[in-house]
Amino acid sequence: MPHDTPVFRRAFLIASCGAMAGTALVPARAWALSTAQASGLVDQVTAEITRIINSGQSEATMLRDFERMLSRYADMPTIAQSVLGPPARAASASQLRAFADAFKGYMARKYGRRFREFIGGTVHVTGAQDTGRFVEVVGVVDMPTTAPFEVRFRVWDRSGQALFIDLLIEGVSLVITERSEMGSLLERNGGSIDATTAALGSLG
Amino acid sequence: MVLGACGPATLPPGDQITDAGEATNRAIHRFNLALDQAVVGPTARGYGTIVPDPVRAGVGNFAANLSHPSYIMNNLLQVRVGQASQNLLRFLVNSTVGLAGLFDPATALGLPETRTDFGETLHVWGVGEGDFVMLPGFGPSTTRDTVGLIVDMASNPVRVAVAPAERSYVTATQLLDRLGDRYEMDDTLDGLLYESADSYAQLRSLYLQNRRFNLGGATAPQADVGDELYADPYVDPY
Repeated sequence: MPHDTPVFRRAFLIASCGAMAGTALVPARAWALSTAQASGLVDQVTAEITRIINSGQSEATMLRDFERMLSRYADMPTIAQSVLGPPARAASASQLRAFADAFKGYMARKYGRRFREFIGGTVHVTGAQDTGRFVEVVGVVDMPTTAPFEVRFRVWDRSGQALFIDLLIEGVSLVITERSEMGSLLERNGGSIDATTAALGSLG
Repeated sequence: MVLGACGPATLPPGDQITDAGEATNRAIHRFNLALDQAVVGPTARGYGTIVPDPVRAGVGNFAANLSHPSYIMNNLLQVRVGQASQNLLRFLVNSTVGLAGLFDPATALGLPETRTDFGETLHVWGVGEGDFVMLPGFGPSTTRDTVGLIVDMASNPVRVAVAPAERSYVTATQLLDRLGDRYEMDDTLDGLLYESADSYAQLRSLYLQNRRFNLGGATAPQADVGDELYADPYVDPY
C-alpha cells in the first residue's frame, strides 16, 4: 500500500478536519492579511501617535492613551508569550493573561515616555513585504534635527484581526530586546512568572 | 572567526548571542559603568551645559570630517566604489565650503554620511563576527570588530599624515565629540544603563542587533539556522 505512509495519513487527517471545520476555515483564508492592509494600519497608528505626542497633554494622560492604543492595535498574547520565551510554555492561561496585562502597562510607560523625542518627526511608509508568517511594513522616520532612520512594523492577523507583533528601529527589535530584559527579570525573581508580573508594575 | 570562500559573512539572527567570555565581559562592563558614573557622564553633562549647541555641533562635524579618509580607505577595501566616491566628495565639500569641516553642507547637498570601519571591511571579506566582547572604555564589540578597531586606529590616514603635535588635537576633538554624543543621548543611556533589569544583557542585545543591521542592510545573507526559536521569535498562541 504505497499510500498508507504516516505522512499521507497525517495529510488525510488534516484534510478531513479541514472539511469538518470547512465553513469556519474558509473566511479565515479570505481574511489573509494583505501588504496594503498592513500599510494602511501603520499609517493609521502613526497618525494617531503623532496626534497624541503633539497634543500637549500631560504625560500621565499621554501614557494612558498609549496603553489604550496597545490594547487596540497590539497582539498582546503573542507579544507577551514571545518576550517570556520558553517559560511561557509552563505557565497557565491566567498567569499569561496577568503577565500580558502588566507587560502592556510597562511597555506603555517605558516606550511612551520615549515617544516625546519624536515630536516634529514624520513617518512615511516606503514598502511592505509578506514574509509568509507576518507582513513587514518598512518606513522611514524623518526628524527635524537628526538623520532619518528606518522603522519596521510587523503585523499579523492570527487573532482574526490585523495587529502589531513587533516594532524594529534600525534593526533593533522590541520583542528580542524585551525578551532579554524579561529573561533577566525572571532570573532575578527566581523564575517565577507571578513575581515577575508583580515586579513589572513598578518598572518602565 | 571563520573566513568564507567569498562574499560577505552570513549574519546571525537578532537574538543569537555567542558570549564565551561573559564573566570577564561583565567585569569590564561594571568598570565601564563606574567610569561613566564617576567621570564620563558628569564630564559630558558639564560639556553639554557649558558649551553651546552650535559649538558642539561644530566639534562633532570637525571630528566626523576627519574620519572620512578612513571611511574612504575602508570603502575601497570593500570594493564599494560608489560609497568611496560619495565619502570623498563629502570630505572635499566639507573641508572647503564647510570651513575645514566645522560645517556639514554635504548632507544638505544630498550626500549623507555613511560611516564604515575595518570591522565592516572584514565582514565584507567574509569574516564572521566571532564572540561578543566588552571593551574597557569603548563599550560593546565583537572579536572581529575589536580587530577592526585596532586596525582603524593604527592605519587612520589622518593620524599618519599629521605631525605628532597636531595628532593630540585630533584626539582631543574626537574625545570631545564622544562626550557630545554621551550628552545628546543622556536620557536614553541613563535609561538603558541604570534602569534596566540587567544593563549588560540589554547593551549586548541592542549592540548586536544594531550592528548586524548596519552591516547587512536589506541584502545581506541571513544565517540559516535550524532552530525555530532563533529563526523567528514570535510565539503563535492561537
